[in-house]
Amino acid sequence: MTAITLANEEMRLARIALVGPPNSGKTTLFNTLTGGRQKTGNYPGVTVERKSGRLRTPVGHAIELLDLPGSYSLRARSPDEAITRDVVLGRQAREALPDAVVCVTDATNLGQHLRLLLELRQLGRPLILALNMMDIAQKRGCQISLEALSRRLGIPVVTTVAMRKNGVQDLLSQIDTLLNQPLVASGAIADWVEPAPEAIRTYHREVEQLLREAVVQEGAPERLTRQLDQIFLHPVVGPLILLGLLFLMFQAVFSWAEAPMDWIDGGMASLQALLSEHMADSLLKSLLIDGVIAGVGGVVIFLPQILILFLFILLLEDSGYMTRAAFLMDRLMSAVGLNGRAFIPLLSSFACAIPGIMAARTIAHPLDRLTTILIAPLMTCSARLPVYVLLIAAFIPNTTVWGGIGLQGLVMFGLYATGIVGALVMAGVLRLTLLRGGRQPLLMELPSYKWPNPANVLLGLLERARIFMRRIGTIILSVLILLWFLSTFPAPPAGATEPPVYYSLAGLIGRGLEPLLAPIGFNWQIAIALVPGLAAREVAVAALGTVYALSGDEGTVTEALTATLAHDWTLATALALLAWYVFAPQCLATLAAARRETNSWRWPTFMFVYLMVLAYLAAFVTYRAALALGGG
Amino acid sequence: MKTHGERERQAFALAQAVGLGFTQPLGRMRRGSVGRVLAVSGGMGGHDIERGLLEMGFVEGARVEVLHHGFLGQDPLAVRINQTMTIALRRCEANAVLVGPLRDAAEEVKPGLTLEYASS
Repeated sequence: MTAITLANEEMRLARIALVGPPNSGKTTLFNTLTGGRQKTGNYPGVTVERKSGRLRTPVGHAIELLDLPGSYSLRARSPDEAITRDVVLGRQAREALPDAVVCVTDATNLGQHLRLLLELRQLGRPLILALNMMDIAQKRGCQISLEALSRRLGIPVVTTVAMRKNGVQDLLSQIDTLLNQPLVASGAIADWVEPAPEAIRTYHREVEQLLREAVVQEGAPERLTRQLDQIFLHPVVGPLILLGLLFLMFQAVFSWAEAPMDWIDGGMASLQALLSEHMADSLLKSLLIDGVIAGVGGVVIFLPQILILFLFILLLEDSGYMTRAAFLMDRLMSAVGLNGRAFIPLLSSFACAIPGIMAARTIAHPLDRLTTILIAPLMTCSARLPVYVLLIAAFIPNTTVWGGIGLQGLVMFGLYATGIVGALVMAGVLRLTLLRGGRQPLLMELPSYKWPNPANVLLGLLERARIFMRRIGTIILSVLILLWFLSTFPAPPAGATEPPVYYSLAGLIGRGLEPLLAPIGFNWQIAIALVPGLAAREVAVAALGTVYALSGDEGTVTEALTATLAHDWTLATALALLAWYVFAPQCLATLAAARRETNSWRWPTFMFVYLMVLAYLAAFVTYRAALALGGG
Repeated sequence: MKTHGERERQAFALAQAVGLGFTQPLGRMRRGSVGRVLAVSGGMGGHDIERGLLEMGFVEGARVEVLHHGFLGQDPLAVRINQTMTIALRRCEANAVLVGPLRDAAEEVKPGLTLEYASS
């Protein structure tokens, strides 16, 4: 490797990687440096995607800053830690070796965080040590001699306060200095081997020695987190608080979202009215009004619920509570062979299985991770809601049972519970059969509590909204257009007695599937709606509207549909469809995410098949049982 | 491979030599108890467990305090290391960490008794 000279090369981007243990405030520092778009949390290893941002230093160097997943050591234990190792070592495909590495550490926990720095220093690459959260350390009376630390380590040491814009000036000017120096070639990277236990012990001793020389005054231990944990991790009170938080979360998802959902609904309705007034009757008009707006409106309407759910999840992560939840749930989850850490991906899956499947990257053990990915779609995601709401409104009387509990709400709760129980049973079965193997140790840091950083939470929410809207703009929109096409062509023959869709391509497919679905009580209308519903669940409601030849804006369709279904279907059919929806793998995007995460089609195929079998069985049993009990 | 059994034997011998039978695996400790790590071994899990524990701060000489345990089967444990970092781990893995008395704590409880080995 030759010396790099950057001072006069404006075009060349210097690539700098941020590396640090989880909970070192690395992501917050990244956000401050780049004003970037990404989320941050306290859960170890929350930064799972490649995050990069650009910035310009005071001297004028253009920099691409890479935020690498948090890791305690270069010996990677999980897939996201492996990314950190591979980038730092220059082994990551399509990722050039960084020009410099900034090692971010928590100044209040140097005893544990400096080992990673020592590992990085072994590589002989340009390195800067950033003592983050220095303000907190100083508040606790801690004094560190930067000069001694820098001299002993032989690298620049700066303090940073990631939460403040002016807390990063020293770091930026150190980066400038480093980039102006010629790079000395070093072969240490090629020689890197995983540290053996004895090597880690040596790092421990080295850190001890370092701190003896550099720490002038030790800070007082933190008290607040200990006191809070007395409550949150209390054997009796702790689980009750967790239960209460989950209850509050789901309550909020349903009640807070009502108003914004009404606005979206109204907006879509007036858009449809506007179009139908000003456009001449044509196929395009039909496509826009019945296909695109009704369909997209039916999906966009869930944005408020998804955002509220993610707001809770981000707040719990950023405050440090999420790891406590994992701690409390670990014993329960280990009963079915899972790890307490799997609680976080599974909780995210209530909003949408895709971020849940992605969050499983923080689980180190491959079998645990695979099990978590495979059961994530059983958590009731928000896309099932429109179908649940429609069927419950149509078939379950709005009465109360057992003194004040709404029957409709109870059924909804039952559907959620069925999904959870199904997931746990399935996890147990998988771990005993296909995915039999050793248990993963739970070794998880419980970070200090802190107030969630509003900027981090907001960036995380925007990211979620962006992903959701992009999904609507791509998969869902194309499915809707395809569905409209299938259900419009060919046109019905003269003198047709059935609704037009009966004679269309979609009708043909639906009628073809009918014999297969008759044993579980589904008629050809349901069969047609399930075809596009396989791509994205929430499309099924719009599809049913099309099948029953109802037109109008999205709100009136739902109302009319409720009445039509109550009249047209038996209770047994409705219950069977609900049971089907608890299990059925009706989401292309989820399968694609599973494919990406497991790197083969094998597991997504297995996921699809097992969920399909479960759905069919559940619908069959429900239908037959309901018929036997007089629900026909 | 010799490190694991060897280390454990040494630690036990050390504890015996000082005349204290007061050593126990971390996994057996009760909530609220404090001690100093005498040895970390892989146990059944081999090197990976040992390295994992070392990377999370469980190293010979570290002060450990069992702060909390789970509500079912008193598992897992939340252990504070050196008063700076709290780690959650199951008792099963915690058994790979052998813990002896804390010197300063021992002084509090039994004045006059000094244990020098912990800091060596």
